[in-house]
Amino acid sequence: MLEIKHLSYQVEGEEGQELGILNDVSLTVADNQFLVITGPNGGGKTTLAKAIMGLVQPTGGSIFWNGTDITALSITDRARLGVSYGFQQPPRFKGLKVRDLLALASGSQKLTREEGCQYLTKVGLCAGDYIDREVDTSLSGGEVKRIEIATILARKTGLMIFDEPEAGIDLWSFAKLTETFKLIHQKREATLIVISHQERIIDLADEIMMIADGKVEKHGPKDQIFPQILAKTSTGCTYLSEGADK
Amino acid sequence: MDQAEWKLLKEIADLEKTPQGAYNIRRNGQMDARNNTANIEITTKTEPGKSGIDITVKPGTKHESVHIPVIISQTGLSELVYNDFFIGEDCDVDIVAGCGIHNTGCETSQHDGVHTFHIGKRSKVRYVERHYGEGPGTGKRIMNPQTVVYLDEGASLNMESTQIRGVDSTKRETKIVAGKGAEVVITEKLLTHGQQTAESDMEIILDGEDATGRVISRSVAQDDSQQVFYPKMTGNAKCFGHVQCDSIIMGQARISSIPAIVANHVDAQLIHEAAIGRIAGDQILKLMTLGLTEQEAEEKILDGFLQ
Repeated sequence: MLEIKHLSYQVEGEEGQELGILNDVSLTVADNQFLVITGPNGGGKTTLAKAIMGLVQPTGGSIFWNGTDITALSITDRARLGVSYGFQQPPRFKGLKVRDLLALASGSQKLTREEGCQYLTKVGLCAGDYIDREVDTSLSGGEVKRIEIATILARKTGLMIFDEPEAGIDLWSFAKLTETFKLIHQKREATLIVISHQERIIDLADEIMMIADGKVEKHGPKDQIFPQILAKTSTGCTYLSEGADK
Repeated sequence: MDQAEWKLLKEIADLEKTPQGAYNIRRNGQMDARNNTANIEITTKTEPGKSGIDITVKPGTKHESVHIPVIISQTGLSELVYNDFFIGEDCDVDIVAGCGIHNTGCETSQHDGVHTFHIGKRSKVRYVERHYGEGPGTGKRIMNPQTVVYLDEGASLNMESTQIRGVDSTKRETKIVAGKGAEVVITEKLLTHGQQTAESDMEIILDGEDATGRVISRSVAQDDSQQVFYPKMTGNAKCFGHVQCDSIIMGQARISSIPAIVANHVDAQLIHEAAIGRIAGDQILKLMTLGLTEQEAEEKILDGFLQ
């Protein structure tokens, strides 16, 4: 179980004033639940995910994973306790091959070619074409992103956090990806937290949390929150509705 | 040979026992072992004052290898060696050279090797050269290799030179002249640390029509070490050349990368790329999220980069 209690992340603005990127965020995610975090850009979604992984050190509050207080633990220690985070914009590595990254992620240097290929297939990559390629600038943004997601699948940890996994991915791969999330959830293999704006991913969730201005604006079962979000977005653009009247 | 010497052989030539095929092992300035085959003959130079060997590969020799490692375990030994290779036409051979110095004393051990290759028409040569130094002594370990290669029509050279740690000072000179349709690929990998210095001067002359040249240089400079690269590609005919130098800089190290391309023909197509930078922070963070410590992540990134 993941428990986040009163988490805050304050930074100093240009004029020395406090800026609240996260303000008193509390959240509990039960084992094997599927939570989608959504909300406007700049609302604090990625900061929250990074705080869980340890990439951002919160200025207040605490994070518990399976009863252990991980707030002060290093990234490495959290990773070893079963927390995984798929970067929104994953880095490239000159010289490291897709196979090397998957082997590191799986924790086994003996990862077979076939096992590696299975993870790539799950994210819609034609495995044979990619397994021996370097994760460098010769790969497109969408390809690197899918390899990133494959590394999280290879880790097989109890908590998987994906940060906008759909970004930069084509329609066909996206279909494969949603299928993969659905299967993980159905088999109850991991607790899934996915930051997303995609209806098809939101639709897979058990719960939805909406973050805006660093605060939890809404949090509840999908059936309850999803209609509220849709209602808000469909009437949001006055320009379009005015144009339609003419 | 003792254990330390076998370890050097393993580091520079992957040898755990005497190799297959032709070989010449030079140990502390003397010939230690040699083997010729029906197609490959190694002879000691007879010119006075010139130490070294001639390696002659008969035309049409395929899938054979020559190992010519040099090891120095005697402190204070300094040598200059000339090795000349004469590769006939239509050959396909692997050549493994390299030098390992184990210095336990306080005097400088130095090996300067001059390798000259004459590669016949349509012949393919893979040339692997590794330099390695170790030992608890305060004496310096110095290696200054010089490589000169002449490629005849349609010949190809795939050269891989590696120096990972342990060599205090190196000045490397490489000159390649590629004839009509000849192909040159040079991969250079270097890691310096401590107070080490390394300099690499490289000149590739694409002299014949449709010659191609490619230089891939990857280096890591740690601590207070210094590196200087001067790769130069010259096109004298319709040709294609590409120079790519990538370096990772760490600590207080200094790196100069000064590639040059020179076209003496309107159809010479030459490209150079050079980059120096530190390890990106997000690369380390990403590997830490996979469960590696910061140090393990850094090592993995460097290993991959120099792979």
